[in-house]
Amino acid sequence: MTIAMTDHTPTRYAAQQVTAEPLIVRCLLIGVAATFLGLFLVLPLVAVFVQALERGLAAYWEALSDPDARAAIRLTILTAVLVVPLNLVFGVAAAWAIAKFDFRGKSVLITLIDLPFAVSPVISGVIYVLLFGLRGWLGPWLEAHDIKIIFSVPGIVLATLFVTCPLVARELIPLMQAQGAEEEEAAVVLGARGWQTFFRVTLPNIKWGLLYGVILCNARAMGEFGAVSVVSGHIRGLTNTMTLHVEILYNEYNFVGAFAIASLLALLSLVTLAAKSLIAWKTARKPCAPARHAV
Amino acid sequence: MAASISRKSRKRRILPGFGVALGFTVLYFSLIVAIPLAGLVLRAFNMTWDQFWTTVTAPRALASYRLTLGAAVGAALINVIFGSMVAWVLVRYRFPGRRLLDALVDLPFALPTAVAGISLTSLYASNGWIGRYLEAAGLKVAFAPAGVVVAMTFIGLPFVVRTLQPVLEDLDPEVEEAAASLGARRWHTVRRIILPELWPALVTGFALALARALGEYGSVVFIAGNMPMKTEITSLLIVIKLEQFDYAGATALAVVMLLASFTLLLLINLLQRWMTRRQHLLGD
Repeated sequence: MTIAMTDHTPTRYAAQQVTAEPLIVRCLLIGVAATFLGLFLVLPLVAVFVQALERGLAAYWEALSDPDARAAIRLTILTAVLVVPLNLVFGVAAAWAIAKFDFRGKSVLITLIDLPFAVSPVISGVIYVLLFGLRGWLGPWLEAHDIKIIFSVPGIVLATLFVTCPLVARELIPLMQAQGAEEEEAAVVLGARGWQTFFRVTLPNIKWGLLYGVILCNARAMGEFGAVSVVSGHIRGLTNTMTLHVEILYNEYNFVGAFAIASLLALLSLVTLAAKSLIAWKTARKPCAPARHAV
Repeated sequence: MAASISRKSRKRRILPGFGVALGFTVLYFSLIVAIPLAGLVLRAFNMTWDQFWTTVTAPRALASYRLTLGAAVGAALINVIFGSMVAWVLVRYRFPGRRLLDALVDLPFALPTAVAGISLTSLYASNGWIGRYLEAAGLKVAFAPAGVVVAMTFIGLPFVVRTLQPVLEDLDPEVEEAAASLGARRWHTVRRIILPELWPALVTGFALALARALGEYGSVVFIAGNMPMKTEITSLLIVIKLEQFDYAGATALAVVMLLASFTLLLLINLLQRWMTRRQHLLGD
């Protein structure tokens, strides 16, 4: 195993001679790190695809063409289509207010926006059951008016909104704060209208951060499990999202079926990771790069 | 100072849309997040203190706290040890496949927890790729507390690496060179010069991974086996109580979890402030 340790500038290379570990330590560290990542990241990912294709392509395709599976895929897409635009508008509005203006309680608001990340996904579902469930605050009223939220699609959308609401805002706030408000102020002074300023000045500056936020929000919306599982009621073909359908099939020992749907979700996560790397690479060459991590 | 204040107040006047943007933000956040969460806390106040206390200190609840907290701490520690190695290797060394590994570190953020759950379970089950060797060695992972640790390690993996990476990148090589030129052995430099700089990031990464693991549900419920008193995490106990229409019990346990995660969130905020302050000091 050869390890290229060359750094391009001669001074850095000279410096590394005194401040680098012995070759054997380096190899050992790389080995341990690669084994750890292989065991915890690569192997689970590979296992999804291997088990999805265990009975061959025909069985894989059959599992994906099952009507209940199709219904679950449709519901997941519907949820994402409803959730992502709403949280996009929220993220842009929050970032505009926080990054471009000063007001009291700003730091409190920034902390509050992160709240859904601190809350267990199960709790995100529980709070809506307590509000809209049969024995919840609004339960009797909703039943009297024949409106169904829990164990129905609106509940799934609400729980997903809760879980994914900070994602776009978190990407945009630090990015727009770093960019300041001078460019927008110049545009307004020169006579640009509000929306004109936003679309012509702000948007080009934040487009990559915005895109990344949307991609993350979409991935999370399609992959949410805990919150959705509490409010969904697991009705096949009606209120089963893809992740919930994976659970049902797995518990029925239909492993090919479970892993076939799981493989679609795993593909989505790979696309998300690739998009992230691409965006980080695109923005790395500019100043004010939003090369942040999705913590 | 005076100049910066006057510039700020001028900024408020020039740009449009402040009222609409802030108004929408606050309204949306209240409707989706704040009011439903407040409803949970209000509901807890409907219980008497005795009811609340008996529910949250029932033996089954206590067993679930022990498992959740113990496994989360164990997983976060594993992530601190191996995560710091991963961060070090990714920042300091150049080797084939480095970029791919770097991109893969974010996988637990992107992969749905249910997918991770069934995949890890199949790997560590007694006939799985890893499980069959561990079983032969007498170690049971799937459907045992160790499985909970494995799942929590997976979902907490990116936090330590991603907190540590920027700090490692910002380390000034001149300090290490100075230490080396003054005759320090490499191990001494690492322990006395580098490690002290990394402490805040390590503690923050640990806290972030811990917070994530405490609330985890999707990946754990598959691998845990969910036996009451043995391998049942607190999140699952909440779901079980809800399914039995024991809303009061679910509320009480949810409030306990909420308090735990808010305390951690506060701690993480303080830690991150400490981290940035240290980095500013280093930058000067």
